[in-house]
Amino acid sequence: MASLTLRDLNKTFGSVEVLRGINLEVDAGEFVVLVGPSGCGKSTLLAMIAGLESVTSGEIAIAGRLVNNVPPKDRDIAMVFQSYALYPTMTVRGNITFGMESRGVPKKEQAAALARVAALLQIEKLLNRKPGQLSGGQRQRVAMGRALVRDPALFLFDEPLSNLDAKLRVEMRTEIKKLHQRLAKTTVYVTHDQVEAMTLASRIAVMHQGRVQQFAVPRMVYDRPANMFVAGFMGSPSMNFVPAEVVADEGRPAIAIAGANGPAVVLPLPEPTPNSLGDRGRRVVLGVRPEHLTRYDRRLREDKPHLATLEAPVEVVEPTGAETMAVVRLGEREVIARFEADAAPVVGERVTLALDMARACLFDAETEALI
Amino acid sequence: MIAAPAARRLSAILPQLVLAPSLVATFIYVFVFCGWTIFISLSDSSLLPDYSFAGFHHYAELWANRRWNIAYTNLFVFGTLYVVGATAIGLALAILIDQRIRAEALWRTIYLYPLAVSFVVTGTVWRWILSPATGIESIVHHLGWMGFRFDWIVQRDFAIYTVVITGIWQASGFVMALFLAGLRSVDQDLVKAAQIDGAGMARIYRKIILPGIGPIFIAVLVVLLQFAIKTFDLVYALTGGGPGVSTTVPAIYVYDLMFQRGQMAEGAAAAIMILAALSLVLVPYTVWVNWHRRHGEAHG
Ligand SMILES: Nc1ncnc2c1ncn2[C@@H]1O[C@H](COP(=O)(O)OP(=O)(O)OP(=O)(O)O)[C@@H](O)[C@H]1O
Ligand SMILES: [Mg+2]
Repeated sequence: MASLTLRDLNKTFGSVEVLRGINLEVDAGEFVVLVGPSGCGKSTLLAMIAGLESVTSGEIAIAGRLVNNVPPKDRDIAMVFQSYALYPTMTVRGNITFGMESRGVPKKEQAAALARVAALLQIEKLLNRKPGQLSGGQRQRVAMGRALVRDPALFLFDEPLSNLDAKLRVEMRTEIKKLHQRLAKTTVYVTHDQVEAMTLASRIAVMHQGRVQQFAVPRMVYDRPANMFVAGFMGSPSMNFVPAEVVADEGRPAIAIAGANGPAVVLPLPEPTPNSLGDRGRRVVLGVRPEHLTRYDRRLREDKPHLATLEAPVEVVEPTGAETMAVVRLGEREVIARFEADAAPVVGERVTLALDMARACLFDAETEALI
Repeated sequence: MIAAPAARRLSAILPQLVLAPSLVATFIYVFVFCGWTIFISLSDSSLLPDYSFAGFHHYAELWANRRWNIAYTNLFVFGTLYVVGATAIGLALAILIDQRIRAEALWRTIYLYPLAVSFVVTGTVWRWILSPATGIESIVHHLGWMGFRFDWIVQRDFAIYTVVITGIWQASGFVMALFLAGLRSVDQDLVKAAQIDGAGMARIYRKIILPGIGPIFIAVLVVLLQFAIKTFDLVYALTGGGPGVSTTVPAIYVYDLMFQRGQMAEGAAAAIMILAALSLVLVPYTVWVNWHRRHGEAHG
């Protein structure tokens, strides 16, 4: 049974449409990440699931029960806020037990639940402190503890790591992942960080301008992005886009990239081509991730049957240590290619590149949708 | 070459130079006059200052005086009821307005308005309202209910409560404004978190919002208490200290002694007693503020 179902959900503030036609089905035990740029409506959607924002139209069901008009406290949810929202005048202990006290849980059970959560999050030593006396990471743990102390049908997280420094963020990310593997609680997690989304999610919902652009497992979102927005948003450095045209190369389907001042580069497409490829002359956009564009080497052919080769001048070289990124010129566009550190090119070199056409994506130039 | 260091020195001392006159004035005004008043209270001054030392004899006289005792008792009755009443009503108004009511700005202005009216005008208007001959009692009589009585203002035992009512009327809007600002500064995420935690609105106010604005409570109490202790013109315009001496407050007593009866030394002694009452409030407050600041700094 689905733990959370959103059907045709809309939200407007006055005349501003913030969410449009959201449909999501979250299965029990899943970890769904809502990801998207700032202002796309992630927090608003989460607040609607929590019951903190009203629903303009559509339906929200938690564990099969329609909750549109159910107040937050009766929705059987727990939430971690971006600001943590710890009660400043209470101790850590008071913060964690406040919910149980409000619900009239007997003192003995409260103590047991508190002990369990404190041990789980290793905050036993902090119980008598006030939030003002905690570090950012400790506050984060306490906020998690307040949510974990109950046994809700659904966990909601709104950018819980965005106030932490980079190192701590990575640590806590791993910890959240461990916790979820251990407790297997259905979770909806909001972030604008695509790395967090890729590492944590069992499925990712990519949002943009109030719509869900794609809802799929991380691999799928990364390899077969539904449109150019998703393709550009997920992955860093981001996917290269090159305008191209569908052509026939000796009777086989291919695409041609107009050269800046020379002949067009023709790249054969792996067969069978999708039915939606369309006729010759159609304008498309070739999407290639940097890691699928690298220095040509004969050995690469062995496990990559759809390798295409092309020559391009190197304009900028950016070593990162483990690998080297280089900006090369492809037609009229600058694209980023990835090289092994020991095969790094030099500026000005004309490098022969291998492009893995099996991993490349084609988008319609008009609709920007994946072909 | 020579001008440069001089200019630098000038710009370094300029702030002190600018501040100096007001610092000197404040110093004279507060400490010198305080000291002088203490000195006078220990002297034999009557109509004019007289610098022969008389010891604590005026304090003894003061405390033997029935009118002073009434005044000092009134100060505590009035002070307590006024502070508690204005705080409670101001807080209640602030919480009501905090419920995102319509035409909020209008309500805020209405409740804040009494503060813009001077004590003298307030006192005079309320004297008319409370007086049996012109106010509420006479209106109700005109409506036909002849048995109605509301004449606290002319009753010795009740007149002080009319001062309390008037004082609360004037101060509660101000208190409301302070509390409302505090309520609005509370992080809304806390309220949301508490809602999800299953707390009702009453519990959210009691356990989360009100404890969160604790410093505002202290500020309100201190402001109201020092209003209460200084109260003079309100009582003067409302009851003139009467009927009899039943609503005399220390400030009126001091005024009478010093400027009406020419008993300067005893008036100074009474003024020092007011100062004592004020410091009863302000010293613990200052200590608390300092402690709070240091405590806050120690723990981010
Ligand atoms: N109470 C409100 N009234 C009007 N507009 C609002 C309100 N709350 C949010 N919005 C608008 O709705 C849109 C979505 O806001 P939301 O907070 O959900 O974005 P978000 O995806 O969480 O962004 P971020 O990553 O910055 O947190 C924004 O354009 C915002 O301006
Ligand atoms: Mg947000």
